[in-house]
Amino acid sequence: MENMSELYSDIILEHNQCQENKHTLPTCTLEERGHNPSCGDDITLQADIEDGMIKDAAYTGHGCAISQASADIMIDLIKGKSVEEALRLVDLFLEMIKREVTDDDALEDLEDAIALKNISNMPARVKCAVLAWHTLKDAIEKGRNK
Amino acid sequence: MLNVRKDFPILTKVHNGHPLVYLDNAATTQKPYQVIHAIVDLLEHHNGNPHRGAHILSVEASVAYDEAREAVCRFINAAHTEEVIFVRNATEGMNLITRSYAETHLKKGDKIVIPISEHHANLVTWQRVCRVTGAELVYMYLDETGHFTEDDFAKIDGKTKIVSFAGISNVLGMKVPAKKLIEKAHAVGAVAIYDGAQSVPHMKVDVQDLDCDFMVFSGHKMMGSAGTGVIYGKRDLLNDMEPFLLGGDMIEYVQEQTTTFNVLPFKFEAGTENVEGAVALHAAIDYLNTLGWDAIEAHEHELVVRALAGMKNVPHLHIIGSTDPDEKTGVIAFTLDGVHPHDVATILDSYGIAIRSGHHCAQPFGAHIHAEASNRISFYIYNTVDEVDYFIEKLKLVRKQMGYAD
Repeated sequence: MENMSELYSDIILEHNQCQENKHTLPTCTLEERGHNPSCGDDITLQADIEDGMIKDAAYTGHGCAISQASADIMIDLIKGKSVEEALRLVDLFLEMIKREVTDDDALEDLEDAIALKNISNMPARVKCAVLAWHTLKDAIEKGRNK
Repeated sequence: MLNVRKDFPILTKVHNGHPLVYLDNAATTQKPYQVIHAIVDLLEHHNGNPHRGAHILSVEASVAYDEAREAVCRFINAAHTEEVIFVRNATEGMNLITRSYAETHLKKGDKIVIPISEHHANLVTWQRVCRVTGAELVYMYLDETGHFTEDDFAKIDGKTKIVSFAGISNVLGMKVPAKKLIEKAHAVGAVAIYDGAQSVPHMKVDVQDLDCDFMVFSGHKMMGSAGTGVIYGKRDLLNDMEPFLLGGDMIEYVQEQTTTFNVLPFKFEAGTENVEGAVALHAAIDYLNTLGWDAIEAHEHELVVRALAGMKNVPHLHIIGSTDPDEKTGVIAFTLDGVHPHDVATILDSYGIAIRSGHHCAQPFGAHIHAEASNRISFYIYNTVDEVDYFIEKLKLVRKQMGYAD
């Protein structure tokens, strides 16, 4: 990516600075730690799920602007949605990063997360962008297998 | 200043419209034509399986391999060529020492003493030794600017069997008091291990003068190719150790149920040797010898002085360890308030500047100093003052790129 303002766009910088979703939940039914061992991004994701609906979600941890913004965007997106819908959105996000879905209309449901579309041009940063999403998917799948 | 850039083809690379400024030399170094041509010459004219055949190519490969060992022996001033063992890298060297020496010589109640700033190769390996033997891993925590304290030295006590440390930390970039550590170790009957990964490429390391019992380093951090490193060990210790890997040329006699092993150094070199790696290391040593340590150290010192002076004027920047250029070698780790190191590295990369970001394979130290991740620049003989100035100029733009006023 030639232009850094494309990567560190206003949307990404705002979500990186935003602290609204960065805290622990008083009660949660799901908790999962996600970690990129090679670079040190490390987040813990929590969600409070009732009757298949994500009532609340939050994260704590540390990492680069891309990993933190991506976690914040994802939490904004999944809060108040059903677990099934959240999983659909996670898969859609991962497909966008892998360039399996490129059409903007098809990606519309991802809202602000579309700002991370071009990260696929930066192999060194892809794992930062997908950390929170993989963590959520793992958490939900583990919860189901319990 | 040295003038060697013409020897390094990769330094003409242009990235994102900017000339490459390579400041990640503590991770790996670039290769001069002299090294590249040595590898090509071996593969075009002398490639055979060494020490195994009667034909001309096996003989020529054997000669090239043996000459490389002799060059390493002179380079580190080992007393005997068989004290030089080729391995893949310093990390494999530490694995060999911990498995073949420490796991069979240590027991419950023994102590292993290392600085907190160590690379995982000199840390995770000891955790396993402790798990297997019941020995205890004890850390020297250093002071706030990376110096050893009297408390640290006092940890080397009568129960200590191993003292293991990097000659230069890959995060702090400071030379450790190696001779003092080795003397303290020997005074209590412990074995002293010197990790030379960051020092051997940059300064004269004389194993007899140090009197270390083992030393390891990697060829690729001193212009050699990846996949060839070295262990030096005192002959009596090496003879008293079990082989690390089995098979190939490391045998003496093999019967159906038992095997006796070859003599040093072959006992520790199982399988077909990496001859091109040894030849590359030999060429790199020749290259360093031609330049001379005085010129190399003076060159790197000038870059460090320039970098530290410039970095002092970058707002919100914090250097890890000492900021005294007389204490620092060409490895400078730092943090920038409010910007994660990966973002710093990505933004600098867009200007063609390659730096390291992350935990530098020293996670316990990052946790100890509350800097889980940091940035690191590191120099080698081909870096220039102009590159340092360009790096400082672009570093000042990083926080602005991330939405800060200064």
